[in-house]
Amino acid sequence: MSAPFARRALTVTAVQQLGAYSVMRVADPDAPEPQAGQFSMLAAVERWGGGEGERPFLARAFSIARHLQGESHYLLEDVGPGTRRLCELRAGDQLWSLGPLGRPFTTPAEGRRAILLGGGVGIAPLAILQDTLLEDASVLLGFRDGERARGAGLLRDARVATDDGSLGYHGLVTDLLEQELQSDAHAVVYACGPAAMLERVRSICAETHTPAQLALEAAMACGFGACYGCVVPRRGGGYLRVCLDGPVIDAAELERVEEHAGASA
Amino acid sequence: MTVEFCGLTLAHRIINGSGTFDAIAARAAFGEALAGEFPFAAYVSKTITLEPRVGNPPPRLWESAGGLINSIGLPNKGLERYLEEDLPRLSGLLAPSGGSATPIPVPLITNVMGSSAEEITRLLDACEQHAQIAAIELNVSCPNVKTGLDIGADPRALEEVLRAVRPRTSKPLIVKLTPNTADVAACAQAAQAAGADGVSLINTLRAMALAPRTRAGSATPWLGGVTGGLSGPSIRAVALAQVAAVAERVSIPVVGMGGVQSARHARELIDVGATLVAVGTESFRDPAAAAKIAAAL
Repeated sequence: MSAPFARRALTVTAVQQLGAYSVMRVADPDAPEPQAGQFSMLAAVERWGGGEGERPFLARAFSIARHLQGESHYLLEDVGPGTRRLCELRAGDQLWSLGPLGRPFTTPAEGRRAILLGGGVGIAPLAILQDTLLEDASVLLGFRDGERARGAGLLRDARVATDDGSLGYHGLVTDLLEQELQSDAHAVVYACGPAAMLERVRSICAETHTPAQLALEAAMACGFGACYGCVVPRRGGGYLRVCLDGPVIDAAELERVEEHAGASA
Repeated sequence: MTVEFCGLTLAHRIINGSGTFDAIAARAAFGEALAGEFPFAAYVSKTITLEPRVGNPPPRLWESAGGLINSIGLPNKGLERYLEEDLPRLSGLLAPSGGSATPIPVPLITNVMGSSAEEITRLLDACEQHAQIAAIELNVSCPNVKTGLDIGADPRALEEVLRAVRPRTSKPLIVKLTPNTADVAACAQAAQAAGADGVSLINTLRAMALAPRTRAGSATPWLGGVTGGLSGPSIRAVALAQVAAVAERVSIPVVGMGGVQSARHARELIDVGATLVAVGTESFRDPAAAAKIAAAL
């Protein structure tokens, strides 16, 4: 189902703190039902601009974390002028939204068990994936610290890793992935998170011949294939547009996952 | 109320800037119905070159104060595959017209770029074989293979190249002027003298951004292509000045663009002499921006 061809002014219905993050709910009863992995381009209707460096100017891409009873949920973290402004919004405030956009996750091949692997604010699309397609999947989530690890509450039954050891396994969430694959290699991995984490997932899955679907993040001007700004290197040469060929891309299609996504967030 | 431009009949005065809207990608995102209610009165393609280009390495974007610096590097599938694969998928676009009950066909303007008169000749000769291409827009923001300077930056060099290629096409030829020159009006005059049917401006302004410094060390450019082009509302005042200067000096029609976000901005460019107005960066923020501007104009 295609996205409506215009940004739409929607109303924020609730904002809940979840440790270092917040979950923003937006009333969106008329939108097509989003599929797990799809995203929206969001901007505040009021005061979008005039922040640090006279920014933000462009809308920001956000995974749809959940869609329940006509409300879309987004997971926010203040990391730049755009996300900062969005984090200021409260119930009743207006938001521009364009979407749902992009290629979603797809269900695993017969017989393979699913592992959901998320890092930081990138856990967002795994929640709707758990809601809609993969209720019984193993869930591995990594965070920098304990405050962020409270974000794990977005999903059910998650095993948590923290960089500082304040909660769960002390180390990288990709260590947990390696353990899981050692115990049962017949798996498929669904991952979203920082570039370094995704690159590690890509490399582990390539070595173990495990299929993996990676939901990528990239700074993008439009979200619908017009600007050609959000590219990542494709295996065999050339580039893929994250907005149109992704954001969910088969790991085997990627040459590597590079860092430089968040600089304008 | 339709508009005449270089012998073409358009539904209204708003078109897209080259490289700011991908009609094929947009139909994938928003559905096939978009073809029947296309937001632009004419569709200008991304720049097409003789050979395929993958474009610049990322990062390709930098958000600036009230705008955007892009360093995309003109990725395209090359002339041959554009004509074979894309052209058939760009037929049948229709734009609603305020004054007419029936939508008006959207003429296709193919934007091409070559680094010499010989290359441009080959591009024009190939386009000449395709009736579906209603007009050509020539991107002259390309370094001349002989001099290294942009073909469009020097009026004499521009006129020489245009005189050589003009006879190759019977289609309207629009020259997309570069703003990165000492005297854009002189370049427009040169284009007119060499037989251009119209000029379009402004292209993006050359710009640069440095990577955020995370530790002591020398500053490095953020963009993979080192420099890029600035667009968006921060260049609107520059666009207004350049469009006014050009419209004063030439009698051929002018397509004005640069930071247009509203019907008022479009009206200002028309007031200083533009026949058509292109919307570019604002379409990134709202794909329906052009349609809203056209309706309000």
